[in-house]
Amino acid sequence: MELGPYLLFASLEGLVHAAVLSLIALGLSLVFGVMRIVNVAHGEFFMLGAIITWWVSSFVSGNPAIGFLLALLVVPIIVGMTAVLSDWLILRHLKYDPEATIIATIGILYIIQQFALMTFGPDAKPVEQPFNIRLDLYWFGFSAYKFFVIFSAIILLLAIWLVMSKTKFGLILRATQLDSETAQAFGIPISRVYNIVFGLGAAIAAVGAILIVPIQQAHYLMGGEPLLLAFIVVIIGGLGSLKGTVAAAILIGMSDGIISVFFSPNIAKILATLLVVVVLIIKPNGLFGTTKT
Amino acid sequence: MKKNSKSNLSRRKLMKSIAAVGSISAMPGFVNYSQASSSAPIRIGFQVHRTGIGAAYGRWYDRTTQAAVKIINDSGGINGRPIEIISEDDGTDPKRGAEALEKFANQHNCDVAFGTLFSHVVIGSAPRAGELKLPYFVVSEGHHVASGMLNRYTLQPGITDVKSQVQAMAPFVKNNLGKKVTMVYPDFAFGHDHRDYFSAAFESQGGEIIAKVPIPPTESSFSKYFPKIPRDTEVLYHVMVGPAVLTFVKELGEFYGSKGPKLFGFIDSVEAVDLNTPGLEFLDGSYFWEGNPRYAQDNQTVHDQFYRTAVGVDKNGASVSDPKDVSTYAHMFGCWETLHIIKKGMEVSGYSDVKDRSKLIEAVESMKNMPLSQAHPQGAKIFNGKTHQTFGHQYISKMTNGKLVLAHTTSIEDTFYPDEVDYTKQSF
Repeated sequence: MELGPYLLFASLEGLVHAAVLSLIALGLSLVFGVMRIVNVAHGEFFMLGAIITWWVSSFVSGNPAIGFLLALLVVPIIVGMTAVLSDWLILRHLKYDPEATIIATIGILYIIQQFALMTFGPDAKPVEQPFNIRLDLYWFGFSAYKFFVIFSAIILLLAIWLVMSKTKFGLILRATQLDSETAQAFGIPISRVYNIVFGLGAAIAAVGAILIVPIQQAHYLMGGEPLLLAFIVVIIGGLGSLKGTVAAAILIGMSDGIISVFFSPNIAKILATLLVVVVLIIKPNGLFGTTKT
Repeated sequence: MKKNSKSNLSRRKLMKSIAAVGSISAMPGFVNYSQASSSAPIRIGFQVHRTGIGAAYGRWYDRTTQAAVKIINDSGGINGRPIEIISEDDGTDPKRGAEALEKFANQHNCDVAFGTLFSHVVIGSAPRAGELKLPYFVVSEGHHVASGMLNRYTLQPGITDVKSQVQAMAPFVKNNLGKKVTMVYPDFAFGHDHRDYFSAAFESQGGEIIAKVPIPPTESSFSKYFPKIPRDTEVLYHVMVGPAVLTFVKELGEFYGSKGPKLFGFIDSVEAVDLNTPGLEFLDGSYFWEGNPRYAQDNQTVHDQFYRTAVGVDKNGASVSDPKDVSTYAHMFGCWETLHIIKKGMEVSGYSDVKDRSKLIEAVESMKNMPLSQAHPQGAKIFNGKTHQTFGHQYISKMTNGKLVLAHTTSIEDTFYPDEVDYTKQSF
C-alpha cells in the first residue's frame, strides 16, 4: 500500500483504538483521582460489559441495532451496580487503604473473570454490528460502525467533562478529589461519593466495551490488555486528570495504531511502556498532573 | 491437654479403621473383587482445552471423544474392559498441560494420555510424558512429532501433520489460484510449520512467497496487519486460530470487500464459525483446506454418516441440537480415530496394565495401513511407525453459496516426505 493511504488507514485504526481506550482509562482515572485507590479489576468490568452486551443482544431478534441500544441502556447499569456492590461488600471495609485495595481488587478480578467463564463459557461471543455498512475508501474498506465508535466516544467524553465541570455532582467529585477531609467537614457524604464513583468508573469502562464488542467479540480473557494500556494512559496523562487522560489515550491509541501498522504491534507496546518510563522520570506526575505538596 | 487428647483420639480412630479395612479385605467376597482387575476399566487421561484460546476445539474434541468411547464400550470395550475417560482441563496452556499429564500418571493411574490439540501445549507436555513413561497420543497436526523433536512415548496416529498437508496444497494453489502468495499465519509453533513448509513446498513448485505476516495467537483485532499485504499479491494464504477467528475473517472482508486477492485458507480460520454470519459473504468463491469436509458431501461415505450421527453433527457441520453451535469438523475426527487405534493397539499387544505400556507403543508402531472404515471415517491412512506420524487424504473445498463444496481430494502419496527421525531406535 502507498504511504498516504497507509497513514490514513493507520490513523483511522488508531482513532478507534484511542476512542475506546480513553473511555476505559477515564474510568480508571476517575476512581484513582477521587478515591486514591488502584483498581486492578477495572479491565474485568470492561470484560463484563462486553459479555453482558452479548447476553442482552442475544435476547433480541431482528434488527441488531435494537439489541445494541438495549445494551447501551442496561449494561452500564448492571456493571456499575456490580462495582457498587463490590465496593460496599469489600473495599469499604478495608477503609480504602491503598495496599489492601490492590490485593482486594486482584481478588475481585479473579472472581469476575471466573464468574464470566463459569456462566457464559470460554468461547468468544460475537455481537452483530448495529449497522453493517462498509465504506469503500478506494485503497481499502472501512466499517462505518468504526466511525460511529469514534463519534460516540467524543460525545461521551464531552458529556463527562460537562458533568464534571458544570454540575453540582461534578463539584462534589472535584471537592472530594482535592481534599476529602475538608469536603467531609463541609457535609459531603464521602463514603457515598466513593461508592458512586467506583460504580461510575466501571460503568464508563462498560460503555467502552459496548462500543468495541461488535468489532472484537466478547471473551472472558479480554480484560487484561485494556487494563495494562489504561494504566499506561493514566500514568502518562497524570492520575486523576480528565484532560490528561484523553490526551494520553489519543497519544497511545494513535501511536499504537500507526506503529502497529508500520512495524509490529509488539513494538508498539514496548514503545508505549518505554514512554511511561520516560514520563515518570521527567514528569513524575504525568504530562497533565498537578504537583501535590 | 486438649490437643493431646484430640491426637490420641484420632490415632485410636486410625487404628480402628486399619483393623476394619484389614478385616473387610480378609472377607471372602472382597477377595473376589480385588482379583477382578481384568474387568476394571482402561483409564484414558484426556487432556482437553476446556478453557483458554482452544476452548471451541476442546468442546468438540470432548463430544467426539465421548461418542467414540460410547461406541467402543457398547461393542465390548477393549479386551472386554470398558474405557473410562478422565478429563483434565489444560487451559490451552503448556505448563498446565504438563501438570495434567503428571496427574494422569501419578494420581489417576491412567493407562495412557490422549487428546491434545494446540501445538505449544503438546510441545510443553511431551517431555513430561517421556519422563513419566506415559504413552501420549496427541491429536495436534503439528509437525513436532514427525520432526523428531519429541520422544518415543508421543505418537500422532489419528491426524495428519501440517508439513504433509501444506505440501499437498502447494501444487493446487499454484495451478489454480496464482504464483505470488502472501501468507498470514499465527505466530507460534503451528503457524511456523505453515510458514516454513508451505513456503518451501510452494517455491519448489516455482511459486513465490512475496510476504509473510505473522499474527500473535492471542490477538483480538486484525485490521492493522492487513496493510502489510503487498498490492501485487495474487493469492492470500490465511490460517488463523484462537477465539477471535471470526473477527479475523470479518475484518479481512471489511478491508478488501470484493476487490482483494484470491483467497486460500486453512479451515482453522473459520473453524467453529457459522459461515452464514453477516460480513462473511466475501468468502464465496474462495478455497479452503479441510481435514474432513464440514458439510455432508454428495459422495458422503456410510462411515462419515455413522460418525456424524454418533457425535451429533448435522449435515451442515453444526450440532444437531443447536445449528449455531458449529463443530470443529476438520480436526475432531482425530480423537475418534486415535481412540480406535489405542483400542487396536491394546488388543494386539494384549495390554493388561501399565507395565505393558511399551508393548502398546510397539504395537502401534507396527501398524501401517488403516483403511477407510467406521474406525477411520475421515479416510484411509498410512501410519509411519518410525516417525510416529500418520498420513492421509487432504480435502480442498470451495465456498459456494454459503456452503463448502469439495473441489479436490489429494492422494495419500501427495503428502509423503522423507523420514526425519526413527523413534523406534530410542529406548523405552
